[in-house]
Amino acid sequence: MASLQTARAPGIQAPPLATIPSATPALAVEDLHAAYGQSEVLHGLTFSVAPGEIVAVMGRNGMGKTTLMKTLMGLVPVKSGSIQVEGADVAGLKSHVRVVKGLAYVPQGRMIFSTMTVQENIETGLTVTGARKVPQDLYDMFPVLWEMKDRRGGNLSGGQQQQLAIARALASRPKVLLLDEPTEGIQPSIIREMGRTLKNIRDARGLSIVVSEQVLSFALDVADRVIVMENGSIVHEAPRDGIDEAAVARFLSV
Amino acid sequence: MLGDYSFSDLGAIFAMQGFAGLILFSVYLLMALGLAIIFGQMGVINMAHGEFMILGAYVTYLCSAFCQTYVPVLFPVYFFVAMGLAFLASGALGMLVEWSLIRFLYKRPLDTLLATWGLSLILQQAYRSIFGAREVGVELPSWLIGSVQVTDTIEIPVNGLFVMAITILITVSVALLIYRSRFGQQVRAVMANRAMAGAVGIDTEKVDRYTFGLGCGIAGIAGSAFTMIGSTGPTSGQLYIVDTFLIVVFGGAASLLGTIASAFSISQTQSTLEFFLSGSMAKVITLLAVVGILMLRPQGLFTLKVRR
Repeated sequence: MASLQTARAPGIQAPPLATIPSATPALAVEDLHAAYGQSEVLHGLTFSVAPGEIVAVMGRNGMGKTTLMKTLMGLVPVKSGSIQVEGADVAGLKSHVRVVKGLAYVPQGRMIFSTMTVQENIETGLTVTGARKVPQDLYDMFPVLWEMKDRRGGNLSGGQQQQLAIARALASRPKVLLLDEPTEGIQPSIIREMGRTLKNIRDARGLSIVVSEQVLSFALDVADRVIVMENGSIVHEAPRDGIDEAAVARFLSV
Repeated sequence: MLGDYSFSDLGAIFAMQGFAGLILFSVYLLMALGLAIIFGQMGVINMAHGEFMILGAYVTYLCSAFCQTYVPVLFPVYFFVAMGLAFLASGALGMLVEWSLIRFLYKRPLDTLLATWGLSLILQQAYRSIFGAREVGVELPSWLIGSVQVTDTIEIPVNGLFVMAITILITVSVALLIYRSRFGQQVRAVMANRAMAGAVGIDTEKVDRYTFGLGCGIAGIAGSAFTMIGSTGPTSGQLYIVDTFLIVVFGGAASLLGTIASAFSISQTQSTLEFFLSGSMAKVITLLAVVGILMLRPQGLFTLKVRR
């Protein structure tokens, strides 16, 4: 025992000041590897998202966007690397604990609970906050959900389900909202509206948003920064202002 | 087969058999409720459900013997204590089994069939070693013995009325728990999509454990009720498990109302037919009817109309 204690003592050391960033990023991913069984899909991703920033992760099908989202949420196990939410490492935690730490997830295909009512769907997101009632501001943000609150989630249209999935995620008061291909299967007019909604959410709540996307116009509309993935690695990264659209479009073309 | 009876005789027979059917309905329903939660909601095929029921029956037997010997004052009300204990014992065993066995098998639902069948054999042998191979019966307190005379030809046993009252109470409580409480909401979310439920912040492992425990606990209460209409032996549960699965599937796997309706129709058909035919012929006809209806409606009697 004694030797253990003496061995540990010199280990406690303040990190050099230079490595502390001026503000802790809302989400910091470092050298993230993830695999389905034996086959590795993410090969060491490193990026960070500042508080209040919207980052679009772009790339063609099968390049690892959804796997990245699932890995961040704990649905695919982390092989190595770290995921930090406001400085707290969540890489080894179960999904529901990550929600407590401030992550929220709107999956591809929305995955609402189809046999439950709209209100019950949103209430499942309240589990970690302990609140009993759906906060009115969520219904104010999505008035259509208020109108339909007693309908079954499965009977909503695609766009309405998307709003429901976002409301359910926001109910847990996240610091970082992850959206996986929110425009998939949604009509163009609603896509534009969704871009506005995402920016409103960011402005109203000060949270960070990571959105995976294939539609370049939507990404350029909402994002402050664009990350392009190819074969499980980040191949391009640029702020929206001064982005080389042609270069990004080349990565997206089949 | 009906020709030998007069019209009023037939009325009385149907009423009495119908009532006997209601007691059977109560036990079926209590069994099926637990199974509907475990199979319908969790997708786990629990072949040991009958053994969880029998555990409840043995607990009731122990309670009755204990009260009779040591605290005869409490004997008239021991049944209420016994039901509570049966729920706790079966529920606790259920949670233990979920933790040690079932939770590893959620992704392989068919394997749960084998694993729980093995468990049922283990439990049967355990009962045989502990309580002996002979069937045991409980002593009913005097207020539960006897019957209410309704007309000259119709009389209704008191213990049947009691079992039915308990069944209604439990069914309503379960419905409220699943459809009105926060816990029930989490159960339904986990059953709809386990991964997504975790990603909205629900502790799915905890919910799974309590859900399984709840289903087994209700089977324990069914066991308590069972002691009033049959004697308890190590393999008594086996007789009920197939019927109970039939009820859950017939009713529509995820529907509580369907479970109630199917338990009612199956137990009534069986009980009424049993009077006129032999027990096994009654069963054959019931099964044929169920098979026929399931061929026309594979999804069961009741289903939710919703896009998935």
